[in-house]
Amino acid sequence: MRRITGLIALIVLVGFLVWGVLPPIMHDFGYPDASDMDDYIIQNAQEETGSNNVVTSVVFDYRLLDTLGEATILFTAAMGVLLLLRTEKRRKEGS
Amino acid sequence: MLSKIVRTVTNEFMLFILVFGFYIIAHGHLTPGGGFQGGAVIVSGVVMLLVAFNSQELKKTLHERVLSIMESTGALIFIALAFAGIGTAFCYNFLVGSPIFGRIPATGPNPGDIWTGGVIPLMNFAVGLKVIAGLSAVVLAMALFSSGEEIEE
Repeated sequence: MRRITGLIALIVLVGFLVWGVLPPIMHDFGYPDASDMDDYIIQNAQEETGSNNVVTSVVFDYRLLDTLGEATILFTAAMGVLLLLRTEKRRKEGS
Repeated sequence: MLSKIVRTVTNEFMLFILVFGFYIIAHGHLTPGGGFQGGAVIVSGVVMLLVAFNSQELKKTLHERVLSIMESTGALIFIALAFAGIGTAFCYNFLVGSPIFGRIPATGPNPGDIWTGGVIPLMNFAVGLKVIAGLSAVVLAMALFSSGEEIEE
């Protein structure tokens, strides 16, 4: 029973993936959809942020909120590891 | 602990790894790289120290408490800089045009200037501090845990 369910799920998944790359849905290979945002950032990044490295100006200026989440993930991971694997002696109970 | 040759070579290499990592962090707004990448370079040096010496020996110089404080400091600088531009918008680059890191380079390919970028170099520094301390603490904690000598109870 589980095998049949898994087979059906696999067929549905493969069908969905194949449907996703059919020509009416996916645009021609190699041609991006719209490049307005890219053009704007390439034209104005140096003037607006003063940074020569446009990738850094996107990561640390235009999309700083995204980087904030990234840093939060790192902070949480380090905090969890230090909490679980702490090396200081644990205090005995009741003292 | 590995042999004396390995330990000596590791000690000599550590300086160059530190210089290279801080170079990547400091020039994040001019050349490829940034806080995350430079921090990862320095943490790779810490892992090299961990392999050459053992974790018990490294624990005497790298205290986890200090690493925690460093990481929290980096996070606080990041948040403070993000909030400092809140007069216009959250995460606004308010230092462009000011005397500190405020120069604006010419558009197009040019060698660049270290005093550009607004808050971007400071953010890179904060994130670098955070990555160095956080990943070092994680690696050190895992090594101490797997060595099995510090587990009490």
